[in-house]
Amino acid sequence: MSIWVDNNTKLVVQGITGKEGQFHTMNCKAYGTNVVAGVTPGKGGQNVEGIPVFNTVAKAVKETGANAAMVFVPPPFCADAILESIEAGIPLIVAITEGIPVMDMLKVKNYLKGSKSRLIGPNCPGIITPGQCKIGIQPGNIHTPGPVGIVSRSGTLTYEAVHQIGTMGIGQSTVIGIGGDPVNGTNFIDCLSAFQADPQTKAIIMVGEIGGSAEEEAADFVQKNVTKPVIGFIAGLTAPPGRRMGHAGAIISGSSGTAQGKIKAMQAAGITVVENLGEMGKIAKVAFAKVI
Amino acid sequence: MKIHEYQAKELFRKFGVPVPRGKAAFSVEEAKAVGAELGVFPVVVKAQIHAGGRGKGGGVKLAKTAAEVDQYASAILGMTLVTHQTGPEGKLVQKLLVEEGLPIEKELYLSVLPDRATAKIVFMASEAGGMDIEEVAAKTPEKIIKVYIDPLLGFKGFHANELAYGLNLKPELIKQFNAMVAALYKLCVDYDCSLLEINPLVLTKDNRVIALDGKINFDDNAIYRHKDIAEYRDLTEEDPAEVEASKFDLNYIKMPGGNIGNMVNGAGLAMATMDIIQQAGGAPANFLDVGGGASAEQVENGFRIILADPAVKGVLINIFGGILRCDRLANGVVEAAKKVGINIPVVIRMEGTNVEQGREILEKSGLNLITAKDVSDAAQKIAAVAKG
Repeated sequence: MSIWVDNNTKLVVQGITGKEGQFHTMNCKAYGTNVVAGVTPGKGGQNVEGIPVFNTVAKAVKETGANAAMVFVPPPFCADAILESIEAGIPLIVAITEGIPVMDMLKVKNYLKGSKSRLIGPNCPGIITPGQCKIGIQPGNIHTPGPVGIVSRSGTLTYEAVHQIGTMGIGQSTVIGIGGDPVNGTNFIDCLSAFQADPQTKAIIMVGEIGGSAEEEAADFVQKNVTKPVIGFIAGLTAPPGRRMGHAGAIISGSSGTAQGKIKAMQAAGITVVENLGEMGKIAKVAFAKVI
Repeated sequence: MKIHEYQAKELFRKFGVPVPRGKAAFSVEEAKAVGAELGVFPVVVKAQIHAGGRGKGGGVKLAKTAAEVDQYASAILGMTLVTHQTGPEGKLVQKLLVEEGLPIEKELYLSVLPDRATAKIVFMASEAGGMDIEEVAAKTPEKIIKVYIDPLLGFKGFHANELAYGLNLKPELIKQFNAMVAALYKLCVDYDCSLLEINPLVLTKDNRVIALDGKINFDDNAIYRHKDIAEYRDLTEEDPAEVEASKFDLNYIKMPGGNIGNMVNGAGLAMATMDIIQQAGGAPANFLDVGGGASAEQVENGFRIILADPAVKGVLINIFGGILRCDRLANGVVEAAKKVGINIPVVIRMEGTNVEQGREILEKSGLNLITAKDVSDAAQKIAAVAKG
């Protein structure tokens, strides 16, 4: 078991003929992901190392039965590409693209509500169920199958978490990067709720950062609904207010969105907070000892 | 991206949002000419910098005569204005806005912005205008009205009514107020604003609704589709090192008072690296995200930008390579270090494929490169070196 992606996932890649899209598609395929199709308007009928390319997502779904999409389309056209996959009824859409305007994402987010699709990202590393399916730009080789679910707003910080628990001999059920943008498709609560329901997942790590109030809301959710042990980390204790720290969503506005506020909320909810990044692996080992 | 008040008011005019008569002035002579052109007194002389709190800092003055326009323009232009948003170093005033004074009856607060939590566009309004809205929100949240708009639906008449009646406007003001908020919604959406704030929005004794102030921030990710807004960018308001970094697609933010430079791939890991430097007893001098890929060219430019800060006593490089191979990264770091000419200690922590080969390349380089086995080790080594 795992959440959202596994051996049955059939992937279509939007923007497969671009340099990045092609590179990461081949990495996903090499990892074992069943990549069934690519989409680039105007390039239908071609193929990328044997993967058939279609002009539209609807056509790709009809011909191949794709049930997940990975989006590498450049920012000006990316919201359109996501909407296309929603319209094609794709159940899981993973948008890697960084730099989509917020106004575009507001429309996508509101349109998602009445649809059958789940969007992960944008501006995220993707999702991986170790040993089964990788959709995204993560280094597959650092992951091992196991009992810990990880959800994170950051890319390389997620790899750090995977690496640290990996050195303690702890594997992962599913690892999800939800992305660093202010408006995203899947939030902490969606992932926590799925991890709570997944029998393979015995414990959870959530990695947050400054900006917004998603971590505070997630902490509240954990207190009320999650019985599995959770450890948390927040990046940005030293970040100055009012400055965008790389990610469009990582900004302290006034007194809201601070690392201190988030840590306090997590501690109050019974989450074991890792205050020093270097100790994440060790703390996970101790905190999860009873369940794994 | 931020713009000046006078630029925000240009956009307001374009969209039909009423503003006081006035013009920007870049010299005392120009300020006097604008004052004369207005033909009335009082005249308001306002410092134009990318920070709020200008009035309290002495950057806004009411002139009752032509002589006072001269006096205040001379005093404000060239002053270093310190406000709660500029930091203690303040900001040099290089531009003024000269406007007619208005017979104010009441000051309101109004803003419109995309709300990340609800994914709606939200209007916030309050009768407690002219004050720090954060303070109003903290002490008397009931005084703030919020109206959420689904971007797929758009701004409707009832949204405007909720604001107008929520603010207890006089009946004779409602029509013009409603037209104004509809225009502001259009401006916010059409121009990808991340914040559009009017504080204060004034009601005058002769029954007009006028934006006395104007602040607009834009979504950096959307500037590509607004060439006219890109031209509003004022580089003199930005940190030169940050401007330089942005030319190379590097995300650099200077941290005042720090002495440990750092270079990291990925924004989250970069923030966490700054945090762990401080936890080890050091002080980070910057935030620098070289991007997920961390190419040799990015590393080289990163070095140059970090080393241009004379306060930096050591540099920590923390790269989680992932798909990127560590031997290739190590070669890139060595080459960049030789090219730039580094004479302070550099601690490197890297993780990913071929990490052992990468460490060997660093150790054999003959440069002052210290390898670290993990993030804790790296933070301790760099903190010790910088204290050293």
